[in-house]
Amino acid sequence: MSQDPVARQSAVAPACLHDEESPVIRIQPSYGWIPLKLRELWEYRELIYFLTWRDVKVRYKQTVLGAGWAIIQPFFSMLVFSLFFGRLAKIPSDGIPYPIFSYAALVPWTFFAHGLSQASNSLINSANLIKKVYFPRLGIPLATVLSGVVDFTLAFIVLLGMMLFYGIVPTVNTLWLPLFLLLALVTALGVGFWLSAMNVQFRDVRYTIPFLTQFWLFATPIAYPSSLLSEPWRTLYGLNPMVGVVEGFRWALLGTDTAPGPIVTVSALAALTVLVSGAFYFRRMEKTFADVV
Amino acid sequence: MSDLAIRVEGLGKEYSIGQSRETYKTLRDTLSDAFIAPFRRATKLLRGQAAAAAELDETIWALRHVTFGVKRGEVVGIIGRNGAGKTTLLRILSQITEPSEGYAEIQGRVGTLLEVGSGFHSELTGRENTYLNGAILGMKRAEIRRKFDEIVAFAEVERFIDTPVKHYSTGMYVRLAFSVAAHFESAILLVDEVLAVGDASFQKKCLGAMNNLSRGGRTVLLVSHNMAAIENFCSRAIWIDQGKIRQDGDTREVVKNYLSSFTGSSQISLDSLATQSRRGSGEVRYTKIEFLGSDGKPLKIIRSGDSLTVRLHFHSDKRIPNPHFGIEIYTDLGVLVTAASTWAAGLDTPFLSRGDGYVDLEIDWLNLMPDRYYISLWLESMGPISYDLLDRCATFDVEVSNFYQSGRGIHKRSGVIFLPCKWRLGRLPNPGESSKTRPREQKSESRLR
Repeated sequence: MSQDPVARQSAVAPACLHDEESPVIRIQPSYGWIPLKLRELWEYRELIYFLTWRDVKVRYKQTVLGAGWAIIQPFFSMLVFSLFFGRLAKIPSDGIPYPIFSYAALVPWTFFAHGLSQASNSLINSANLIKKVYFPRLGIPLATVLSGVVDFTLAFIVLLGMMLFYGIVPTVNTLWLPLFLLLALVTALGVGFWLSAMNVQFRDVRYTIPFLTQFWLFATPIAYPSSLLSEPWRTLYGLNPMVGVVEGFRWALLGTDTAPGPIVTVSALAALTVLVSGAFYFRRMEKTFADVV
Repeated sequence: MSDLAIRVEGLGKEYSIGQSRETYKTLRDTLSDAFIAPFRRATKLLRGQAAAAAELDETIWALRHVTFGVKRGEVVGIIGRNGAGKTTLLRILSQITEPSEGYAEIQGRVGTLLEVGSGFHSELTGRENTYLNGAILGMKRAEIRRKFDEIVAFAEVERFIDTPVKHYSTGMYVRLAFSVAAHFESAILLVDEVLAVGDASFQKKCLGAMNNLSRGGRTVLLVSHNMAAIENFCSRAIWIDQGKIRQDGDTREVVKNYLSSFTGSSQISLDSLATQSRRGSGEVRYTKIEFLGSDGKPLKIIRSGDSLTVRLHFHSDKRIPNPHFGIEIYTDLGVLVTAASTWAAGLDTPFLSRGDGYVDLEIDWLNLMPDRYYISLWLESMGPISYDLLDRCATFDVEVSNFYQSGRGIHKRSGVIFLPCKWRLGRLPNPGESSKTRPREQKSESRLR
């Protein structure tokens, strides 16, 4: 077990490993508001890609129906909604067949609700990773929300099929759709940042999430049209970002009369506020994650 | 920074005791803390009980006033007892957790190996996990693709690379995980006690890989309980004791002082052990270990083949139902050699009264090879309650004995177990007989060999 210490020390460091130019990282206690370090997050984009890919891959392993679940959830909600709200309660649907009226809203809603609840539990589910490896923690809820895009795509294909069935021809407005999806993503992520960071400290959050999503579902015009409200209340309704998303989807795909411009603007501002504040809150709480989770 | 890769100045990490005991709080606790505690504290302050006021915020320093520098390409071993703060130090340096005071500066890409297989998912295949784990450690996809074959070959799992890792044996799992980490090229590598995994041949391979790492000009901080590995790889060692640097210098010197702090005498006091390194409720505590000979007198030297009594002294604060005593013996590589307990032996005690007492473990014939061994102790009721758990709280040295009366002894590092055996010379070829006359017998002999 004897070794020559001189030989070991004289090993020359290869230039590629120890670069004089590489920046010095300073590790010290932080106080107050902490910068988001978005550039670092960008550098770790491959990890975020892999985490997203893992979530997608693992989600439906060992389930019988597999990715079928991505379609079943919104589709059956649509059936129930059509029966009770459309047929029995005769809720108006802006002159569009009720099933597609509600399904066009349920597809982005399912994406949002799923992303929100998964993101909120994401830090706790990755506790082992957080304790053992360093990487920008913002990536954890981000990857969870992103992985929902695959489910969204599957459910969206069914939506296209339904449009064909009802003979609805997409208009040029459809080009706006990715923007509305982004709005749903930003909202889910913003709320996800807030709730996941709180969830580490207070496990109470976990129990409020099903309650919250249910409440939010009825506060969003999914089973009913927002045209039930008169201005200016209708625009103010956009403070719930999901109102902008749902109205946007219906306008872009089904061609409801009213252009949702004002609502979407209000929604986008609200969503951005939640996202930015959520990200800063997350960063502020981040230093305690590894110790508490 | 000049030629330093790591510079640590007055680093400290404080945990509030509440935080370290309960991992998370409920909102109600925090609300009551936030609203009631300040009033309680204020009342106490008003009454002039400053000390009592501070008590509500009881904290411990897991690490404090730690200052050192590591040169580029230097390989430094970090040693110390469990709970001394070694892992906390690595966690701060790898940015997993934030220090409470002081700072550290690091220049170069940092690889952290606090655990093998972080982020492995049992549903994913070996190939998928390799990519995922590589990305988690900080590798780029192209880098993993380039090294993929090398990683798989090193782990010896070529045949199963497309099988979900849940079907892997523990050995295969660990090999693959270590292999990914070992192929991560970082200027600075922080390694925590990952060498004590896998089977012996793979451990050897890991040690070899570690050796390459340290020769490759990397800066390495290695935390280990394996003193042989530390002495082998590190030119310098830092001994951390109760959150502070106790000694920093030449490896051999530091390791020697560290090991001698365990006291190699016939009696090891456990009372003074730092509270961090023992767990359990503490209602009954081990106080002392004694090594006695067959004559009941303290043994100065323990030798292979000796008969020996290990006397475990304890103190109980109150009446305890159904206690059980246990001991585990480990090698310095962390391999569990053997475990014995009163529970397994069927020795039931209805209760322990208050006061001091001891139990004896009588070993007729100590069949351990000469080496240093570590002892862990536990004391629990076989229900949910652990009274006292001491992880590697003591060491003892087994010395070479003249067991065979040959005067030659047995060398150190001849293995772990001293086989209760005798050699007898069987039939040896008679020098008078030529190989021609009895060819058949000769053949079978050589085949036997």
